[in-house]
Amino acid sequence: MDLTRMTAAELSGALAAREVSAAEVTRAHLDRIAAVDGRVRAFLHVAADSALAQAADVDGRRGSGEPLGPLAGVPVAVKDVFTTIGMPTTCGSRILQGWHPPYDATITRRLRQAGAIILGKTNMDEFAMGSSTENSAYGPSRNPWDLARIPGGSSGGSAAAVAAYEAPLAVGTDTGGSIRQPAAVCGIVGTKPTYGGSSRYGVVAFASSLDTPGPFGRTVLDTALLHEAISGHDPCDSTSIDAAVPPVVAAAREADVSGMRIGVVTELSGEGYQPGVLSRFAEAVELLESLGAKVTEVSCPHFRYALPAYYLIAPSECSSNLARFDAMRYGLRVGDDGTRDAEEVMALTREAGFGAEVKRRIILGTYALSSGYYDAYYGKAQQVRTLIIRDFDAAFGQVDVLVSPATPTTAFPIGERADDPMAMYLADLCTIPSDLAGNAAISVPCGLAPEDGLPVGLQVMAPVLADDRLYRVAAAAEAAFAGRWGRPLLAQAKGL
Amino acid sequence: MSITRDEVAYLARLARIALGDAELDHLAPQLDQIITAVAQVQEVAAEGIPPTSHATGVTNVFRDDEPAGCLTPGQALDQAPAVEQQRFKVPRILAED
Repeated sequence: MDLTRMTAAELSGALAAREVSAAEVTRAHLDRIAAVDGRVRAFLHVAADSALAQAADVDGRRGSGEPLGPLAGVPVAVKDVFTTIGMPTTCGSRILQGWHPPYDATITRRLRQAGAIILGKTNMDEFAMGSSTENSAYGPSRNPWDLARIPGGSSGGSAAAVAAYEAPLAVGTDTGGSIRQPAAVCGIVGTKPTYGGSSRYGVVAFASSLDTPGPFGRTVLDTALLHEAISGHDPCDSTSIDAAVPPVVAAAREADVSGMRIGVVTELSGEGYQPGVLSRFAEAVELLESLGAKVTEVSCPHFRYALPAYYLIAPSECSSNLARFDAMRYGLRVGDDGTRDAEEVMALTREAGFGAEVKRRIILGTYALSSGYYDAYYGKAQQVRTLIIRDFDAAFGQVDVLVSPATPTTAFPIGERADDPMAMYLADLCTIPSDLAGNAAISVPCGLAPEDGLPVGLQVMAPVLADDRLYRVAAAAEAAFAGRWGRPLLAQAKGL
Repeated sequence: MSITRDEVAYLARLARIALGDAELDHLAPQLDQIITAVAQVQEVAAEGIPPTSHATGVTNVFRDDEPAGCLTPGQALDQAPAVEQQRFKVPRILAED
């Protein structure tokens, strides 16, 4: 029995039945990381000692008969944007190299309380800005389907770790698609919960009105189990929603779409989309229809302005949020030779500590927020955001969920778009609308593009706090595809 | 052209980033291209449409003012670039004159 090939749900069952110990499960995954991560580079930091200590603790508690939750003893990888006591938190940036935060993010704390074994911290585009992990100061992660290709981003390390069987579960964050896009191109499942459904406390801020932590898994049920474990109201995050967590695990188990109304978004297809992505998406829609869903086409006319609005709103918020990296209380400090004043040291530190994309976005945001341009750029983008929300509201008046491809193309080669920001930004074309509206969305594998044999993701979008609908649809599609394919999609990954 | 090299240099100074000349040469045309693209939002007829700064509409969130633990001086200063007399030591912030 290869423990790394088991799903989180299977591991949970085997652990509860004491067929296997948390220590054995943890050691198997640490061995897998040691064997393959030199090639995948999913992890920035592997916390072997604390993972084994945590596993021993879980085994001890289970041995003494303490009732434990479903994730107790199940390993999880954590994006390096969540603060973690006892482990570095770098956000893929040189400016935070070696930083050891003095507190745990709420999600880190919830994972520890659930008994999930934190294997380490995963690579990401610097401060979550990017779609490929190429903006990490520590080098890109690799796609387990083809090591010469990007694993997506910004949570690319988390997605690659799960796809490479280094961890059954991982957490990431989604600001413009940073969970769904890497999940799609790595052939796994990833969810952006409703904004405010999962706490941002201890998540190093990029764009505060958009940043949403969420789960990755190889199956829809696994993803739902992690979604449930990390979600719920948090008094430490004033934007956290004080409401019950949607019944995502129950929905994943039901997996029934009969009678559901599913809308295909007209604007999220056509020019700029890879033919194999569109053909797999069309098959997925037919499949859902064959399972009893009622499929219609729905127009969301303002979605075509989502990308430009996002690239004003997100950089504006980032230019403000990243002002905290001032070389004074923590992080890198450069040029403090006794002759320079604080402002000079600050500017030299930020020049040395930030990479090109972070600088581009800080400058873009500074521009969009400056007097004279504010109304024409930031103000206008905020109005477009309202119009996109209204498009969603009108659509959800007619259908229960919306569907689209998760990404316009499959994984592209490392280097192809690295110095072409506009080309890189297009990777998030389909995912940005749900971030701007704050609703819930998932990417679930729907096959391989015929032209390159790489995974394609089906995106499902649901109204605010209707996250359970995502899992109902994704689980139904997953089960039907499994019947058609005869084996898990990931079994066909050739990179490793 | 939507933004000049000089404007980018000025914005970088405002953002406290000491960009070098070569970097300015590289970033300025990229930013010009990006700003031209995002300016598409100006095509949208949005007269009278209220702006959205935040999607969930949560406002005025309060919690009880309860005393709780906080970082010790040692924890707070642990990651500081420089420390003196249990304080953050920083470069001078005022000019000589």
